[in-house]
Amino acid sequence: MKPSKEQQLWMYEHMLISRYFEESIETIYMEGKTPAFNMAKGPIPGEMHLSNGQEPCAVGVCAHLTPSDVVTSTHRPHHVAIAKGVDLDRMTAEIFGKKTGLSGGRGGHMHIFDAAVNFSCSGIIAQGMGPAVGAALSRQMQNKDGVAVAFLGEGAANQGAFHETLNLAAVWKLPVVFVIEDNAWGISVSKSSSTAIERNDQRAAAYGMPGHFIPGNDPLAVFEVAGQAIERARRGEGPSLIEIETYRLAGHFMGDAEGYRPEGEKDALFAKDPIPKLRAHLEAQHGWTSSDDAALVARCHARVDAAIAFARESAFPAPEEALEKVFV
Amino acid sequence: MTVATKERKLTIARAMAEAIAQEMRIDDKVFVMGEDVGPLGGVFGNTRGLHDEFGSLRVRDTPISETAFMGAAVGAASDGMRPIVELMFVDFFGVCFDAIYNLMAKNTYFSGGETPVPVVLMTSTGGGYSDAGQHSQCLHATFAHLPGMKVVAPSNAYDAKGLMTAAIRDNNPVIFMFHKALQGMGWLGTEKDAIVHVPEEAYEVPIGKAAIVREGSDVTLVGITSGVHHSLKAARTLAERGISAEVLDLRSLVPLDRDTVLASVRKTGRLIVVDEDYQSYGMSAEIISSVVEQGVVLKAAPQRVAYPDIPIPFTPVMEQWALPNADKIIAAFEKMTNG
Repeated sequence: MKPSKEQQLWMYEHMLISRYFEESIETIYMEGKTPAFNMAKGPIPGEMHLSNGQEPCAVGVCAHLTPSDVVTSTHRPHHVAIAKGVDLDRMTAEIFGKKTGLSGGRGGHMHIFDAAVNFSCSGIIAQGMGPAVGAALSRQMQNKDGVAVAFLGEGAANQGAFHETLNLAAVWKLPVVFVIEDNAWGISVSKSSSTAIERNDQRAAAYGMPGHFIPGNDPLAVFEVAGQAIERARRGEGPSLIEIETYRLAGHFMGDAEGYRPEGEKDALFAKDPIPKLRAHLEAQHGWTSSDDAALVARCHARVDAAIAFARESAFPAPEEALEKVFV
Repeated sequence: MTVATKERKLTIARAMAEAIAQEMRIDDKVFVMGEDVGPLGGVFGNTRGLHDEFGSLRVRDTPISETAFMGAAVGAASDGMRPIVELMFVDFFGVCFDAIYNLMAKNTYFSGGETPVPVVLMTSTGGGYSDAGQHSQCLHATFAHLPGMKVVAPSNAYDAKGLMTAAIRDNNPVIFMFHKALQGMGWLGTEKDAIVHVPEEAYEVPIGKAAIVREGSDVTLVGITSGVHHSLKAARTLAERGISAEVLDLRSLVPLDRDTVLASVRKTGRLIVVDEDYQSYGMSAEIISSVVEQGVVLKAAPQRVAYPDIPIPFTPVMEQWALPNADKIIAAFEKMTNG
């Protein structure tokens, strides 16, 4: 299943939006945080986990999904949310803690919920997996269209929830796909020093489901493999596990000095940045020109700038609104 | 003309199963999952008969994977289903609490109310039968303390059915705690006063409303599950001495019906809370502080009869010594009146 030109352009566009979104957040995040870095200061307080470099995982998978399909993501959710079609204005406002945010400022960047496109995430490692399995169970029980995709990091593969949910999904043959974004680092601990095997897709064998490994952070390869797994789930043939080799071009969170990285690793990763690579592919294979690119980049930037303006201009909620929405 | 009312006494176990069956008949989104809830009918009998009627798609035995199926309950509920999920013993919460307090309890809030999580989590509590410290706890306050979950705990079959019906119809997560010694399972010992008349038709007992189960004027005894029965026994003994005890059955821990407690204590001027959960940092403290901070004029310092702050011991001489009972309530009352 190769992506069409239109699908490739859709992926490229959403990678551009995602990257520029993260770069914009990165800049704004530092407002009010210099010279002394204080996480509580500035227009975007709190922890901030950026997804720069991990865009291929999001677009290659979400290119196959409709709004009615269910996605759960992680503490690093922006790229997946953008690819899933989460309302960018309201997501940005949520990150700024504004009343117009998706939850009116109650959740923030690690707790993005958009019921309109069936997107949610959790700040706890591997804990998006159970809800994805449950959503898949719901679709199966109701004989209703739709699959669920749980995104997780490679560190989550060492959580109990990982093993429990893979087993449950396989026992009940649920329409769910588990997607591991392997960025090689759990904060400062490398995959090789935390994980007993080299590749987590091998763990699929323990639960009788297909496992796939995708090297090279390549959105076109992700598209192909994810497409097979998602179609298999749609046919009612059960779950799959995919591990994608991806790159975390940012720190674990903003403020991370990344002293744990071997010298030269970051430079090598930037040399393999997936966005210029996909652009080169589009130029070579689909006659993509520099003026095409300039126009698309301008459009993506305008989209993000509008979302940020919306967030900045939105009002804060009244503090006492904190007491609402505990129960419905 | 008089209409004869036929007594229809049920155990809490049967009342729970009946409520679930009735809701499953009218709402195909309701389903049950958990360990041994299928053909076995639940270790504590509260899903008996459901598998025969509804089959293995809607009454699902799970692997022993509480983290997976609690998380799945959250995801299914957010996708339009109404799962009833069983945590066999409340003591097992330790293996799956993230799915409960970080997902089930918070997703409604994090979604600004747009992604409700209508899960009923039913779980057994309580000791008294030498099952020791990992299978005998109540943990009322552990759940009640964390925002985002309603918590109910019936003491009799009538309330069990009505609270279960209300819980299933509620759009929020509801923790339904049932005490093993009240469940009507012979092998766990049976509290006969928990087996009461239960109407056949479906009905709701409102969540967040305590019941006055015995009226009185000299002292208010506030009980939770087993504590209600200890309180009723103590009230009968006190009555023989000419002391009139009012007994409240809290029924709901969250929301907490402070108004009913306050009204009673304003009348009696004395308060004893009876809770089989650990004494410190618990529901008993919450109830007493709720009364004290309202400035209710008291005739004596409030007392609590609760579990000592120790892991629950195995040997009967130790466990029975530690458990709340009617004698301890009477001793607490004597302390209040002799002091």
